[in-house]
Amino acid sequence: MPFLLSVNGAEHQVDAPPDSKLLYILRDSLSLTGTKYGCGEGMCGACTVLLDGKPARSCQAPLSAVAGKKITTIEGLEENGRLHPVQQAFVGAEAFQCAYCTSGMIMAAVGLLRKNPRPNDEEIINAMDGNICRCGTYPRIVEAVRQAASSAKGSTE
Amino acid sequence: MNEPANRDLLLEEQEHAAIAPLRYGFDLGRREFFKLLGTGMVVCACAGSAASRTSGARPQSEDELPQSIQAWLHIAADGKVTVFTGKVEVGQNIRTSLTQQVAEELRVAPGSIALIMGDTDLTPYDMGTFGSRTTPTMGPQLRNVSAAAREYLIDLAAQRWHADRRSLVAADGEITERNSHRSIAYGELTKGRQIVQTIGDDPALEPPSQWRIAGTATPKVDARDFVTGKHQYSSDVIRPGMLHGKVLRPSAFRATLKSLDPAGARQMPGVTVVSDGNFVGVTAPDLGTANKALQAIHAEWVAPPQTSEATLFQDVRKRATAETDNPGGPPRLAVGSFDQGLASADHTLEQSYRISYIAHVPLEPRAAVAEWQEGKLTVWTGTQRPFAVRDELAQAFRVPTDKVRVLVPDTGSAYGGKHTGDAAVEAARLAKAAGKPVKLVWTREEEFTWAYFRPAGVIDVKSGIRRDGSVVAWRFDNYNSGPSGLRPPYSFPHQAIEFHPSDPPLRQGSYRGLAAPANHFAREVHMDELAHVVGMDPLELRLKNLTDPRARAVLEAAAQKFGWKPKRSSSTRGFGIALGEEKGSYVATCVELAIAGREVKIERVVEAFECGAVVNPNGLENQIAGAIVMSLGGALFEAIHFDNGRILNPHLVTYRVPRFSDLPKIEVEIVNRKDLAPAGAGETPLMAVAPAISNAIFAASGIRLRSLPMVPDGLTAENLPRSPASESTPVAGPVAKLVTA
Repeated sequence: MPFLLSVNGAEHQVDAPPDSKLLYILRDSLSLTGTKYGCGEGMCGACTVLLDGKPARSCQAPLSAVAGKKITTIEGLEENGRLHPVQQAFVGAEAFQCAYCTSGMIMAAVGLLRKNPRPNDEEIINAMDGNICRCGTYPRIVEAVRQAASSAKGSTE
Repeated sequence: MNEPANRDLLLEEQEHAAIAPLRYGFDLGRREFFKLLGTGMVVCACAGSAASRTSGARPQSEDELPQSIQAWLHIAADGKVTVFTGKVEVGQNIRTSLTQQVAEELRVAPGSIALIMGDTDLTPYDMGTFGSRTTPTMGPQLRNVSAAAREYLIDLAAQRWHADRRSLVAADGEITERNSHRSIAYGELTKGRQIVQTIGDDPALEPPSQWRIAGTATPKVDARDFVTGKHQYSSDVIRPGMLHGKVLRPSAFRATLKSLDPAGARQMPGVTVVSDGNFVGVTAPDLGTANKALQAIHAEWVAPPQTSEATLFQDVRKRATAETDNPGGPPRLAVGSFDQGLASADHTLEQSYRISYIAHVPLEPRAAVAEWQEGKLTVWTGTQRPFAVRDELAQAFRVPTDKVRVLVPDTGSAYGGKHTGDAAVEAARLAKAAGKPVKLVWTREEEFTWAYFRPAGVIDVKSGIRRDGSVVAWRFDNYNSGPSGLRPPYSFPHQAIEFHPSDPPLRQGSYRGLAAPANHFAREVHMDELAHVVGMDPLELRLKNLTDPRARAVLEAAAQKFGWKPKRSSSTRGFGIALGEEKGSYVATCVELAIAGREVKIERVVEAFECGAVVNPNGLENQIAGAIVMSLGGALFEAIHFDNGRILNPHLVTYRVPRFSDLPKIEVEIVNRKDLAPAGAGETPLMAVAPAISNAIFAASGIRLRSLPMVPDGLTAENLPRSPASESTPVAGPVAKLVTA
């Protein structure tokens, strides 16, 4: 079944069953492998993307529900070769080890800052608690989100 | 510390069972080398001594390179440096720390260096990336090869200018003559030439106190690729015409296939079904179709009845083999005479500690992309042992090892869990049948079920202590969990220590730190119990029995930063301390926690850590803090539950790992010993967290928790611990068999 997807500002025609999950469409049909598979159960956040600006688990999102929405993946955050403030803050705080969770963490943080440009630590932790970093880099990730919040004015697109 | 460190490494090797003998995966001749890299200079580090040093001389023959190469680097005409090592990056940050060490000795900017890692066609043979060995072994090898390259470049400049080499200095990728100030870039010196240098392994290296690039907080070299999603993990590799594979998993461990009806899958367009003994799998153009094909296969499995978690701890003890039954096994360690020591004690204490099975849960599950081309198999896979996986593949497909190439892209973590090539072999089998490249990514459930686990075990400790706090007798028996970290850092005069291998119910293997966190848990909780027996401060008791100055230093550093002395536990607030030493590095951890009803909340963790000279303080702090967070899981709530050959909690909903909300305030105190060689740091920071938590819980509540995990369901007398074996041997509450002599 054909669907029209808007990913990172570009339109893509995708032919797949309506219950196909967005994660696999992104990775396998559109070769956007920055979005990761971690559990397929919506429990780890590695597959987080933005749907109309809100963080969502792409492993749980059926194609039929995302067609017509604005989908943003980790590949869509840079602007003219300039890192998004959240990406920049993750580099600055070195908020990763193996970095497999990083795409999902950054997307969750971007989503949080859109809604709440000045979150306190408790709000950061509540918003990010669905994202797992098995390397345990949580303190630096919190620090990166704090830094991004103070460097940017929460503007993202 | 070298002798025990070597012994531990030997034990670790044994644990990896089928580690192949050292062989040399290098079959590039001189000409091929330069075909691959372009002209320039190649410098190889070889195993050997001062006597074998051949710096300044040609290798044995024009076309052959020595068979004992451990690492090498190439300097191209444009000055780009390429370094080859069989080690792999799994998040421990060695791509950066090794780059720093090359930059230091070669005197070039880190940005001009690229590391080729874990590619069995290009990098020298390497046993594997485990045991915290990269920093103490590969680091010096690369520093050595880089220092030799630098000296040879000075020779080349001296020849070119007919200058005295003592008037030349190497810096910033150039050789400069002090007097004339003329200079020449490294690449210019090697341009158009094919120079091969081999050197021995006796380094004439910059001491850490003089380091300018090593020793600094150099940022992760490829950080940008990770925040943009550009980096390709194994599971991200895409090959032309690639199919997606799935494996039909048996109904239980040790199951065999009784009947198979794949007709439903076979008729699906684009689907290939592979059935080979107990291996059944499918390939399809997309993952959705592969999943549907798998569901369309009807299979009947027969599994033997298998023991369950309920009897786990009795079983590992019952099935243990005594050392005498196990010649060639890990040695029993004996110091003095245990019986004599015990006879001289004022009090004796006997206790048992239990460790549950836990899973690594690497966020990137096992994954592989396999491709056959003209009889040669190429596999991209995340493994800590690329050469062992190459051998595993060669054996599985009965092809020579030079017909197999394994590449390890920087991997989405491993923690000791990615030593085997399961996904690689499966993907290769599917690719062979399909005649196209195949990607296989294990699901989280497969990862939780068909990988291997950190061994469960029982540890018995019997000790004798004098009124003044000196521990005079120490008996320590570990059943099944493993021999790493068995030896105490304390100077007990009489010790009898033994590891008893068992016949485990689950597939088990390496885990970050192996058994050392388990052995530290038992030892350090027992030390705390002894402190209470003689009414001594737990810090004082440790210091009383400790002569190793490095161990004393971390203990004192942690206690000071934490503010140990003035702290007094109450019923709602506990303070605990523990010490660790493993693989040449030292750790001490202090924990502050709050108890509110059933809930135990770890509020503050202070850890002092010493691993000799620090190569990258920023990366090290990241490793230490991460290890603290990771060890909270195994300490508090992680456990694999199983019954009759099946895993009962193979999902993140039912297997809890630490999350943001579990995060305590973490403070890391790095003790930088620039006078000591750098030791590894990936494992030891885990060691003292769980015992410090147990000790803090006791200090607050009087409940002594001797089983890991400690509070899977919170702190209540009724359900502590959740381990089913608890009914036969209660472990909650003050039940120590305390005998006063």
